[in-house]
Amino acid sequence: MEILMILVCGFLTSMSVYLILSKSLIRIILGTTLQTHTANLFLITMGGLKNGGVPIYEKGVTHYVDPIPQALILTAIVISFSVTAFFLVLAFRSYKELGTDNVEQMRGVLENDSE
Amino acid sequence: MSLLHIAVLIPLIFALIIPFVYRLHKRLHLGWFVLPVPLVLFIYFISYIPTTMSDDAVLLEADWMPKFGMNYDLYIDGLSLLFSLLITGIGTLVVLYSISYLSRKEQLGNFYCYLLLFMGAMLGVVLSDNIIVLYLFWELTSFSSFLLISFWRENSASIYGAQKSMLVTVLGGLCLLGGLILLSIATHSTSIHEMIANADNIQTSPYFILSMVLVLIGAMTKSAQFPFYVWLPDAMEAPTPVSAYLHSATMVKAGLYLVARMTPIFAVTQGWVWAVTVVGLVTLFWASLNATKQQDLKGILAFSTVSQLGMIMAMLGIGAVSYHFEGSESQLYSAAFTAAIFHLINHATFKGALFMITGAVDHSTGTRDVKKLGGLVTVMPISFTITLITALSMAGVPPFNGFLSKESFLESVIEITHVDLYNLSSIGVLLPIVAIIGSIFTFVYSIRFIGQIFLGSYHEDKLPKKAHESSLLMLISPIILALLVIVFGLFPNLITSSIIDPAVNSISKSVSKPAEFHFFHGFTPALFSTLLIYLIGIILIFTFSYWVHLLKAQPDKLTINYWYNNSGKSVQLYSSKFTDTYVTGFTRNNLVIIFLTLIVMSAIVLIVTPVSINFKDVSNIRAFEVVIVILICVAATMMVLAHSRLFSILMASAIGYAVAVFFIYFGAPDLALTQFVIETISTALFLLCFYHLPNLNRHNETKSFKAVNMLISIGAGLVVTIIGLIAYGNRHFASIANYYKAHVHDLAHGKNMVNVILVDFRGTDTLFESSVLGIAGLGVYTMIKLRSKKNTKVEGGNNNEQTEK
Repeated sequence: MEILMILVCGFLTSMSVYLILSKSLIRIILGTTLQTHTANLFLITMGGLKNGGVPIYEKGVTHYVDPIPQALILTAIVISFSVTAFFLVLAFRSYKELGTDNVEQMRGVLENDSE
Repeated sequence: MSLLHIAVLIPLIFALIIPFVYRLHKRLHLGWFVLPVPLVLFIYFISYIPTTMSDDAVLLEADWMPKFGMNYDLYIDGLSLLFSLLITGIGTLVVLYSISYLSRKEQLGNFYCYLLLFMGAMLGVVLSDNIIVLYLFWELTSFSSFLLISFWRENSASIYGAQKSMLVTVLGGLCLLGGLILLSIATHSTSIHEMIANADNIQTSPYFILSMVLVLIGAMTKSAQFPFYVWLPDAMEAPTPVSAYLHSATMVKAGLYLVARMTPIFAVTQGWVWAVTVVGLVTLFWASLNATKQQDLKGILAFSTVSQLGMIMAMLGIGAVSYHFEGSESQLYSAAFTAAIFHLINHATFKGALFMITGAVDHSTGTRDVKKLGGLVTVMPISFTITLITALSMAGVPPFNGFLSKESFLESVIEITHVDLYNLSSIGVLLPIVAIIGSIFTFVYSIRFIGQIFLGSYHEDKLPKKAHESSLLMLISPIILALLVIVFGLFPNLITSSIIDPAVNSISKSVSKPAEFHFFHGFTPALFSTLLIYLIGIILIFTFSYWVHLLKAQPDKLTINYWYNNSGKSVQLYSSKFTDTYVTGFTRNNLVIIFLTLIVMSAIVLIVTPVSINFKDVSNIRAFEVVIVILICVAATMMVLAHSRLFSILMASAIGYAVAVFFIYFGAPDLALTQFVIETISTALFLLCFYHLPNLNRHNETKSFKAVNMLISIGAGLVVTIIGLIAYGNRHFASIANYYKAHVHDLAHGKNMVNVILVDFRGTDTLFESSVLGIAGLGVYTMIKLRSKKNTKVEGGNNNEQTEK
């Protein structure tokens, strides 16, 4: 299962990198969110997907899934959500101000002034 | 700290005080306050003559930074004393001369501050025993010389000359630093006299050749040797006292001092003998040839200085041959050292006087152009007499001191062809020929120098000012120097035993025989060469107008200046072109560079290090997991291929929900919960924001654009996959999770391990994660609420730094 997940993560990385390299600002942000999912899946995979109990303490049960990656991912989800929300508003504002969402056209302040 | 330490620092201390004196006291010329400094130092250094005459050297130590081996140690022997006397003696005369040369309208505070700074630095160079401190003072001379050349900074030629001299001498200075560091590594010492004592260690160390080359480049740039002489003619934009002091008597001789000082270390190798001699002779020849065609008086003197420095350099190289012999044979060749030292003194006297006279002529006529000058012999008789004496001495005519040193020079150059060592007896025959040709041209420009100013017809209408004899104050210094030229010429024994012999002894290996100079040696080859020089020289002077066209026809591409200017331009051009290739302003370019670096570096690491893949404890694949995997992969593919914006947003949220489902199956209920909520909010945000954006999802992308993206993304995916597989298969330590699992209830009184980790075991992470969320919220709020008005936006744009296009 872990090998399959690693392959999936590799595939998702390819897809997100392709999106990040494109010209449209939306696609770039979508690419970063996709990369976030990839990183989270990678984290939980590297912690091991061995079958075990849900990490909630019960008397007598000794076999649990590793809780540390889960705590890490929970933190990561919240942080990446904050950053994504910020980016979305930033993209929205930049479109309002500059009139484009094509990153190829966003080059420096001087050219915009001369327009 | 001894008196000598303070003596070196006195000019530097006065450099700080003098500008304040200038502010407070305007009635008297500032130079009168400066004059006592070099004079007192000169008298102080004379008191060391008895010490060095008995071949004693004084080493005075003062700790500065002992851990770095950087101490303010001073070492005074014959060579250092000679240079100290030159610096302070000529310094006194130059300050005296500058009092009448610079009017009180000039910024005298700056001038004397820089001059004293230079004087102190120069004393530090010649007296330092510690190489690091030597280098420190060496750069201080470059720096203060830069300030002095650009003294008239409204003049663009001054700025150009100052920049050029700075670049060339600092280049050499840095080479010198490298050489000195190598020497200190080889000997484990930073003291010059210890290095000389341990010269064997250096000669056997692997750094020997490299350090020799670097030190030599340092000396060549400072002493304006071929091809680094380019800066000196342009440094003539400085005020004339500066040219007289720095660019004839002192700074340009720092390189010669260094060569002389390092001779005991390097002289044993063939490379040193040949390099120093050939560089010196080429410089002598090339610069004397160039001096004949100059139209500016200071230009002539600049090239003449370069050529005389080349001559001294060549003699130091020839003298190094004496290290290969013992006893009387060695003494025969170390006579070249004597000639070098003697000419060093002579050159300082006559060249200083010539510069001062040039300044006087410039002052009284308003021009330095030889085409406008002429026939001043009756107008300026005293200047004429001084010029006659000093220029004839430069030409090597008896009974002046230049004749004596030039005779010794020719003698040693001819003597060297008899040495049966390093091909000196075969190829070495060329050396005297080059030397003689160089001397012929020296004779030509020296004699013409007199004629151009003082003889011929007097054109009163061409001169900007009405010519008159200079004031007595201005003439005192050149008169003193001209008297020295005669005195040293007629009675050389006055300085041989007191100054020259101790200096030669500190360069040469064995005690050299006492120097003797006579006007007539008998019918030696040197005498015949001198006669030949006079004869051809006189013929050349009379036919000057016929052959000078040949010299002037030298194409631009054969001048060093052309290459200096062009390399300066092309360095700028190509560096800006190079920067333009990767700083394009496109975000994608930077991303491509970043991803490519990641891929390439990972690939190199993977190829270089041995890796193993190992899948012992892999869990089983369940059927429903495969379904979700396929779902995610399809959704991601659709997201990339989608043309509509809405569709790709939907696909993104599909992936998010699929990940949440994964979390359920992997036993992570908290994660699944959070992921569901957050994915919902994100999707809502996406839809909310992009409602306002144009319908087009992707901008027209060319095929090559797509292909590059595809290659890079595949590469990045492969890197992640491979590293993931390797990392998973090579787990070296057990997880620390067992501690949390065991103690979640008894220590933290909780049951949900993930939550207990978040708020108890690792609560700090959560604190800052919440602050990240808070900051993002504030950021979103300010971005929406705070808007600049249209007109202020334009102003903001203009405040940005504008770069040259």
